[in-house]
Amino acid sequence: MSTAREDILQRVRAAIGKQAADEPVERDYRQTPSLSEGEKIDLFIDRLHDYNAQVYRCGPGEEAATIAEALAARGKTRILIPPGFPAHLLPTGPTFVPDTQLDYREIDATEGALTAATAAIAMTGSLILTHSETEGRRALTLIPDYHLCVVYTNQLVETVPEGLRALGGRRTSPVTTIAGPSATADIEMTRVKGVHGPRVLDVIIVSV
Amino acid sequence: MSIRVGESAQAATFPKAAKKLLQNTQLRRNVRRATDTIRGKRDKVVDEMPDWQALRTAGQQIKKRTLRNLDSYLVQFEKACTAAGGKVHWARDADEANAIIIGIIQSHGQKEVIKVKTMTSDETRLNHALEAVGIEPYETDLADLIIQLGHDKPSHIVVPALHKNKSEIRQIFMDTMGLKELGHAPEDLAAAARNFLRERFLRVKVGFSGANFAVAETGSVCVVESEGNGRMCVTLPDVLITMFGVEKIVPSFDDLEVFLQLLPRSATGERMNPYNSIWTGVTPGDGPKEFHVVLLDNGRTKVLADEESRETLHCIRCAACLNACPVYRQTGGHAYGSIYSGPIGAILTPQLQGMEHSTSLPYASSLCGACYEVCPVKINIPEILIHLRRKIVESGGAALTERMGMAVAGYTLADSSRLGKAQKLVQLGRQPLDAIGLPGWSAARDLPTIPTQTFREWWKTRGAK
Repeated sequence: MSTAREDILQRVRAAIGKQAADEPVERDYRQTPSLSEGEKIDLFIDRLHDYNAQVYRCGPGEEAATIAEALAARGKTRILIPPGFPAHLLPTGPTFVPDTQLDYREIDATEGALTAATAAIAMTGSLILTHSETEGRRALTLIPDYHLCVVYTNQLVETVPEGLRALGGRRTSPVTTIAGPSATADIEMTRVKGVHGPRVLDVIIVSV
Repeated sequence: MSIRVGESAQAATFPKAAKKLLQNTQLRRNVRRATDTIRGKRDKVVDEMPDWQALRTAGQQIKKRTLRNLDSYLVQFEKACTAAGGKVHWARDADEANAIIIGIIQSHGQKEVIKVKTMTSDETRLNHALEAVGIEPYETDLADLIIQLGHDKPSHIVVPALHKNKSEIRQIFMDTMGLKELGHAPEDLAAAARNFLRERFLRVKVGFSGANFAVAETGSVCVVESEGNGRMCVTLPDVLITMFGVEKIVPSFDDLEVFLQLLPRSATGERMNPYNSIWTGVTPGDGPKEFHVVLLDNGRTKVLADEESRETLHCIRCAACLNACPVYRQTGGHAYGSIYSGPIGAILTPQLQGMEHSTSLPYASSLCGACYEVCPVKINIPEILIHLRRKIVESGGAALTERMGMAVAGYTLADSSRLGKAQKLVQLGRQPLDAIGLPGWSAARDLPTIPTQTFREWWKTRGAK
């Protein structure tokens, strides 16, 4: 008896017949930036505001103070961080708990998570995480109700194609793109903020 | 062979089901309101894209390329996914797919599975099969949860509970979640779903998902979603099972840059949906320890074999054609008797399930072409509808009046003197025709006014001047 694999491949081959030359794909869509650096950052901020994300801006070396400001504004005192998050970016005051393969229930009991990102896309207001040492495993930015993300302007691109290509060798790591807090449009097609993922998202944009 | 599209083989014909649903004014109001909202949002975010047509063309061409070389892309995907630690299974039909999935869950001694919205599992009636062997499937998508708790059927491809308004949803949640108090705002309903499912997300050891796209080049799988329930299902359980139709493959990772622009704008009218998860096999220390892929045929290779309707398999399940369709907007999705409703359902269900089960569906359209215009991958649905109608007529499946009508029309139009005589006859017969109508046809339509002068008569008098 032939296997399902053989049968399906045989059916596919019978259906498509002798293979023709490869079908061409015209990629005439936008793949390059058209905005100035300032316009690109403004567009990103505008998109994040659309999603009800809170945006902070700062210069290099001001990350710790801005993180402290964002956490204070939300009343957060105990925050999870990925094991490789740079210690010099952390302010004194709040408690930062490194995720050393914590139990999911322990993560569920925390107030939120602070991470870096791999890239960001201005046109869609997306953060892209590849879950590196500074971004944490996927559960870290999923289970808690609050996510604070630090992104640098040299990580920000304008279009979706540029964003995916920015992943480079990390594209086969787990990839999560995040455009605003968790939401649903399942009730009368209206976007409602906050279902299962973090209901609150804050973004710090560091100009470099 | 047990090819199955949900319960469509047992469903009532479209006109019969539609007649009943058209009397439900609440449902019609809900459907009209929801589709109006989503159409407005979609038009706005599509109009702001100067390269929308270029993206549509690229999307169409990538799908074409995939199908023309599907065998090699499937093998390439299998190889890459396996190398990354995944295990790939092949299922010829619904029963085979369900048996594979049940086998995996039972091999881990588990009795529960958390599910993120998966059309293919509705096709195979996986939940029914799981329950039959004592495994509890928990739907986690908000709309699917509403359907599951309310013992209802999906009526829309993207928003299965679109036919329910918020007060109806509130009542279902109150009745089934054991809640004494629940607010009326959509936010309150979303919060209720969050509380209801959180414990299950943390407890259940097996997750199940579909895929929007699977990349042959890297063996990666992509799930597009909004709520975070998808991320929960593909991240937290120890074992993950992902099933998708063989046509969901895209050749290269870069191809995602096209579809991740086309899909959210077409489906929910958003520039980007809140979450996309892309993963490749198993990643130590992050997510499931075991990953299974089930590649599903279930009639797809039959569709592939018909060159005239093959592009049905280009569909990325955005449901823009449903929202744009004047027929869907009147009847809602249940009239189609299938999990795939609207224009795409009218061509997909008959081809997957077999034409003999759904001869009324290709007629559930006025051929206005709105579906083709909004389709992000340019599926020419009206042309395929006509192609399927021809197949039905050729196999003797059309209504007698239509076959007779077409035969008479063919005879009349073949000879110009016959046409002239026929036109005279119609003018003379106008009054009695008005009185009796055309049985079956004029029940839902007005007969057009027949002019006192034919075009040829007018042309002659014009020429004489």
